[in-house]
Amino acid sequence: MGVSVATDRCIGAALCAMTAPEVFTQDDDGVGQLLPGGSERAGDPSVKEAARACPVQAIILHG
Amino acid sequence: MQNTRPPEDTAAPAYPMTRACPYQMPVGYEELRERGPLTKVTLYDGRQVWLVTGNEVGRALFPDPRLSSDVLHPGFPFLAPRIAAQTQQRAAPPLVGVDDPQHGRQRRMVIPGFGIRRVAALRPEIERIAEGLVDEMLHRGSPAELLSQYALPLPSAVICALLGVPFEDRGYFDERSRHVLSSSGEGEAEQARKAFTEILAYLYDLIAKKEKEPGDGLIDELIAHQLAEGSVDHQELAMICSLLLVSGHETTSNMIALGTVTLLEHPDQLALLRADESLLPGAVEELMRFTSIGDVLMRVAAEDIEVAGHTIRAGDGVAMSTMLMNRDPRAWEDPDSFDVRRSAGRHVAFGYGIHQCIGQNLARAEMEIAFRTLFRRIPGLRVPVRSDELPLNAPYVLQGVAELPVEW
Repeated sequence: MGVSVATDRCIGAALCAMTAPEVFTQDDDGVGQLLPGGSERAGDPSVKEAARACPVQAIILHG
Repeated sequence: MQNTRPPEDTAAPAYPMTRACPYQMPVGYEELRERGPLTKVTLYDGRQVWLVTGNEVGRALFPDPRLSSDVLHPGFPFLAPRIAAQTQQRAAPPLVGVDDPQHGRQRRMVIPGFGIRRVAALRPEIERIAEGLVDEMLHRGSPAELLSQYALPLPSAVICALLGVPFEDRGYFDERSRHVLSSSGEGEAEQARKAFTEILAYLYDLIAKKEKEPGDGLIDELIAHQLAEGSVDHQELAMICSLLLVSGHETTSNMIALGTVTLLEHPDQLALLRADESLLPGAVEELMRFTSIGDVLMRVAAEDIEVAGHTIRAGDGVAMSTMLMNRDPRAWEDPDSFDVRRSAGRHVAFGYGIHQCIGQNLARAEMEIAFRTLFRRIPGLRVPVRSDELPLNAPYVLQGVAELPVEW
């Protein structure tokens, strides 16, 4: 189980960072990114919810 | 041939519909909801368009690149002659009226200004603005008009601070922004067009001034980077800034006024908030879901789309009803009841897909602070008339009250 952010698709809605703040944040350009160690928490229910909340499906769950 | 029309064409009621109560569905929505998730309605010019009412179908269609937001597309549908006339007179509005890749290029420029850290840093300023406005209202005394004394000047001061528009100029925009997005009186098309032209001219001049004397707002950042690098010209930058300024005023002010009405008419829910302010962020989401002030978002199909057993043909108009999607019983239990404790997070009141509101996190912070400050400082606040007696905005613009008399 892994998770990544398709930064080219991100529109900066920040719903990932609001839904799973322990996994996602925004970089200085307002684009979503994984926090250090964030990918280890890919199985958390909040990450699944963040993937669903993202308006442009930029949160990618692997495996 | 017995009947050349497909069955869904036999009943396509006139649309948009008028709300009787400013936070409830118009009467005809019950029937539309039953006929959903995809049905048909008839616009003012006799044109039939698809109406999306289902939450799941809406969440599938909003991000679909075959559904275009390009207002210059010859098949783009309009909700009122006023809006059609406004669009014919100028280029497509940036961000909201264009598709990718143009949209993505413009959006990338401005998202740093609306990031969550930027919004968090603005919170103390928003609190100061809200406190100052309440001070002034209390000083002037009861009764008051909440829209002009609180709900509008608050987001106005905030978006000016974010963009770097001089504070002393903000009075200039309050009225003009309202004309652009919510005017519904006589001669409204001309009034809206003139107001937008004046705002655009002001920003064009402001950009020139800031090139000589830089400040510290988002406009200054855009000048220093995007304009200097040549990725945007003066005209496009002025258009983008005008759009952000107008949108930043009008949407949040309608939500603050209508949210106040909704809370006051649900005293049990307001009591829950007063007892536990940690419910406030959830209550803001529920207010967004319940009132769905930006109800109808228009699109045109650029290609055929098969969805929910229907075929939307290339060139067909599509009206996305955020209120019906937000009141879909398959997405929420008892969707027509206002419940600040429910998990309303999957609403589409900010839209969905690439055009989802860029200022949504700023708006969330403004609403939280606006409601908390207002109900803390004026605990005896009341509206002397019933909400269905308040003057309302026209059905084809942002939904809300046109005036809000209050007493305490």
